[in-house]
Amino acid sequence: MIAILTRPTFPFRLSWPRCILGLLMLMPITLSADEPLVADLDSHLVAITAGFTGEELLLFGTMQGDGEIVVVVHGPKQDIVARRKDRVVGVWMNTDSVEFKGVPSFYSVATTARSGLDLPPSALRRHQIGLENIRLQTDQILSPEDYELFASSVLRNKVAIGLFSPDAGVVERRGRQLFRASVLIPTNVPVGTYTVETLLVRDGQVAAAQTTPLFVNKEGFGAQVYRTAQIQPALYGLIAIFIAGFAGLAANWIFQKL
Amino acid sequence: MGADAQMHIYLPIAEMSVNIFLVLGMGAGVGVMSGIFGVGGGFLMTPLLIFLGVPAPVAVGTGANQIIASSVSGVLAHWRRGNVDLMMGLMLLAGGVVGSTLGVFVFKFLQTLGQIDLVIKLSYVIFLGIIGGLMMAESLRSLLRSRKKSGSRMHRKLHQHNWMHGLPLKFRFRKSKLYISLLLPIGIGFLVGILTAIMGVGGGFVMVPAMIYLLGMPTNVVVGTSLFQIIFVSANATFFQATLNQTVDVVLALLLLIGGVIGAQFGTKIGAKLKGEQLRSLLAVIVLLVCGKLLFDLVITPDDLYSIVAVGDKAGPP
Repeated sequence: MIAILTRPTFPFRLSWPRCILGLLMLMPITLSADEPLVADLDSHLVAITAGFTGEELLLFGTMQGDGEIVVVVHGPKQDIVARRKDRVVGVWMNTDSVEFKGVPSFYSVATTARSGLDLPPSALRRHQIGLENIRLQTDQILSPEDYELFASSVLRNKVAIGLFSPDAGVVERRGRQLFRASVLIPTNVPVGTYTVETLLVRDGQVAAAQTTPLFVNKEGFGAQVYRTAQIQPALYGLIAIFIAGFAGLAANWIFQKL
Repeated sequence: MGADAQMHIYLPIAEMSVNIFLVLGMGAGVGVMSGIFGVGGGFLMTPLLIFLGVPAPVAVGTGANQIIASSVSGVLAHWRRGNVDLMMGLMLLAGGVVGSTLGVFVFKFLQTLGQIDLVIKLSYVIFLGIIGGLMMAESLRSLLRSRKKSGSRMHRKLHQHNWMHGLPLKFRFRKSKLYISLLLPIGIGFLVGILTAIMGVGGGFVMVPAMIYLLGMPTNVVVGTSLFQIIFVSANATFFQATLNQTVDVVLALLLLIGGVIGAQFGTKIGAKLKGEQLRSLLAVIVLLVCGKLLFDLVITPDDLYSIVAVGDKAGPP
């Protein structure tokens, strides 16, 4: 009885001016200055198991004020060799090649903007927004035409195998503050640490950014097979031989009985 | 989605997801062929895997692994009938082990040059072309001859004495009824061993004609002896592909060999009903078809002249 009576009285012990002052002090800190943008994934782990057929993750968050949201997903960086075929004695064979360093193994982008982003080209390049802004660097000295041909072939081939998404996906808005987007991880992704970068674009600049990691791992039987093949290749080879030899013996025995 | 997910299996080394039944079916299909014709079927399996989208190096490494199973299964049946010339097999093997080890190193070297896909496909075109052509010509000739009903044994005619019989280190192979130099089977084993490693085949389709036409072995011991040495040569190739290139996918190999051993049993039954000439001309047609398809792919202008591959990645573009 005492507790019920005393608890509601608690706020009234503070004077109204102090209370409002406190709220005013708090609000800018928690909502506009410190966290104009909060985003997270429903899961930070994608497990590639034997039955893996790709996964769809949910990215959700809130934003303060106006602006557009951009979500950029990068796979772990890898070095990529692009090769050009030429006809040699009637047969197409690889001749020239260019090695690109630190290319994202996976790339996708999504945005709330329906008609282009209000960002200068330099900012688009800095944040690698859009296929044409993915950084493709090489130590080799190339003519601009050759660079263009090889670089575009990397993008084209990555799109063809489904590791780069050619068009920006959709980030949906829910009311003024909430947004959500689905992040699709296809079946042939490389393992490693992915980064999901969420950007808030306002007044022609990136007003806030948040980076969320995403781990793609092989798990279960498949992972064990892969790890054994990489770490203990000799053992793996012997096991492979043994399995095949045993299967041959078993098959022979079974069909003799039939 | 649920049913679809169950039908697919993720291949940990090939790093792709495939339909289980498609792979089992492929294994069974090639198994039927190998049962009918008495060859390992690797020369059909590896190109089929490449058509399916498995990276060529993984198709090769896994092919070698799968061949062990079908050869073990096949050689036991031949052993019981006394159709394995052990000494000949060991000589072929001695050459084969050296050849297939060298082949794996050649494979790795070509991989770093970016030419491995071309070399795999070119070797297929060349060997399938030569063997398919020879088999076709031979079976057409014998079909014509059988119409004329000549009673002479044409097989002995092919075993003529030439320079090969002047080589040193002669040895009497009892089962094969041959008195030839040990260098011959060792040399043939060596060459076929290189092919095994580079092409992911047991080499039966090269070994069998070589044993019949070059060594002059009687046909009944050829298949059993060839299978005997293929077990060890492909085991050696599997081991080195696994240790040097990490391109052996045991999950894929297991699926293929399950389909393969079942298919082979049906194939053997079908094969028993067909005549020798019919068999050989049929096999020749299949060999030439695979060869034609691969050659076509090499000669027509590709959709994209550019291809990419991640550095340090075993999986090349298909």
